[in-house]
Amino acid sequence: MISVPTELIDIILLSMQVSGVALLISTLIGVPVGVFLGLNRFVGHRFTIALLYTGMGFPPVVIGLFVYLLLSRSGLLGSLHLTLIPALFTPGAMVVAQTIIAFPLIAGFTMAAVMGVDPNLRQQVMALGATKQQAALVVLTEARVGVIVAIIAGFGGIISEVGAVMMVGGNIEGRTRVLTTAIVLSTRQGEFSLALALGLVLLSITFLVNVAMLRLQGKSFDE
Amino acid sequence: MSSLIYFLKEVAKTYYSRKVLEVHNLDIHSGEILAIVGPSGAGKSTLLRMLNFLEPPTQGTITFHNHTFSAGVEMPQDLRRQVTMVFQRPMLLNRSIQANVSFGLEIRGIRGTAERVQAALEEVGLAHLAHQKARTLSGGEAQRVALARAIVLKPEVLLLDEPTANLDPYNVGMIEKIVLHLNQTHHTTLVLVTHNVFQAKRLAHRVAFLLDGKVIEVSSADVFFNQPQDPRTAAFVRGDMIY
Repeated sequence: MISVPTELIDIILLSMQVSGVALLISTLIGVPVGVFLGLNRFVGHRFTIALLYTGMGFPPVVIGLFVYLLLSRSGLLGSLHLTLIPALFTPGAMVVAQTIIAFPLIAGFTMAAVMGVDPNLRQQVMALGATKQQAALVVLTEARVGVIVAIIAGFGGIISEVGAVMMVGGNIEGRTRVLTTAIVLSTRQGEFSLALALGLVLLSITFLVNVAMLRLQGKSFDE
Repeated sequence: MSSLIYFLKEVAKTYYSRKVLEVHNLDIHSGEILAIVGPSGAGKSTLLRMLNFLEPPTQGTITFHNHTFSAGVEMPQDLRRQVTMVFQRPMLLNRSIQANVSFGLEIRGIRGTAERVQAALEEVGLAHLAHQKARTLSGGEAQRVALARAIVLKPEVLLLDEPTANLDPYNVGMIEKIVLHLNQTHHTTLVLVTHNVFQAKRLAHRVAFLLDGKVIEVSSADVFFNQPQDPRTAAFVRGDMIY
């Protein structure tokens, strides 16, 4: 049951932690991958993009299933018993699932934003003496508005997601219960006012995070 | 004329099995203004990109300061940074004007650039706009910022790719004056691509005529305009169509 406020705070904190860490990891991987795909052409480029776009629309519950199968004791990764690989029904497993959900969103939108930058700009920057890395960084800063949208999309995709965290986290009270799974549970138990309150908390968090990111975007407009 | 800065030998550039440029021999002298004229599609911009080491020739070699640039060869950073280019469109970064002009210095790791940036902006007559955003500029102003961004680097070679193609006479005159001044005071080698014969006449010491990817004629401006050796050059100089 979710009645004591400290429990509620734990749930909120866990939601923020799991989605925050997953967002951080998927941003650190997704943005460079997006920049690379946006700036380079190679054999299999279109195929890679098709895969990425598919990933952007992948149902979280299916990713939950994959991660479940991978991490379960008899699964491909779970059977290795490595310390770095989280066990099922832990926050670590939820982070893995959410990272996989957010990654294609961030990489895909970043790629689109980078592709939207005039290719002649990169050439001009190279002509001014930039190294390839410096030029890529310039293109990324020029595409910053789109890149922030990419990160917002990634965050939106995972903070609101229920299927994967339910499946690999198990909605265990005090351990893996997050806002979305708590809403599902309290609705099922008929505690609609609690469910609504949790929903409001979730909305507020999403709203506040987005406002913060938009400020970041606005700032980069002005500099 | 003084020493050679570039030497092109049997240079060819092919895109998707279409040969767009074929230069058997071309020398560029240190401190000269060489205009490359010709109709659009003649390969002028391709040639400039290779002179800036942005893309290697498919065949042949471009020697720059005794260093050879050819297919599969990366030009050393410090040599690459002695050459820069102003394109037909200003291509400014979405930053302040000052930040645009200091960009080339910053990527070279040069700190404390404020004075140099200010001086370059004064040279193009835009010092009062230093803190404005680049996107607020008019076309002519933006192109002058692009020029300031290049000259602040004090390049040995400045490549100009139709730098005044879309500008009004006032800005054209101003940009021509600045590049002439640069050539006279710093002995910067200028390679100017233009389809405007009159601009070549006003600025260049030597002129090369490019047609369908081939160098038809290279001669001093005087010979080029008054006694062209090739009938196609003569027709181009007269303003006749030569297709």
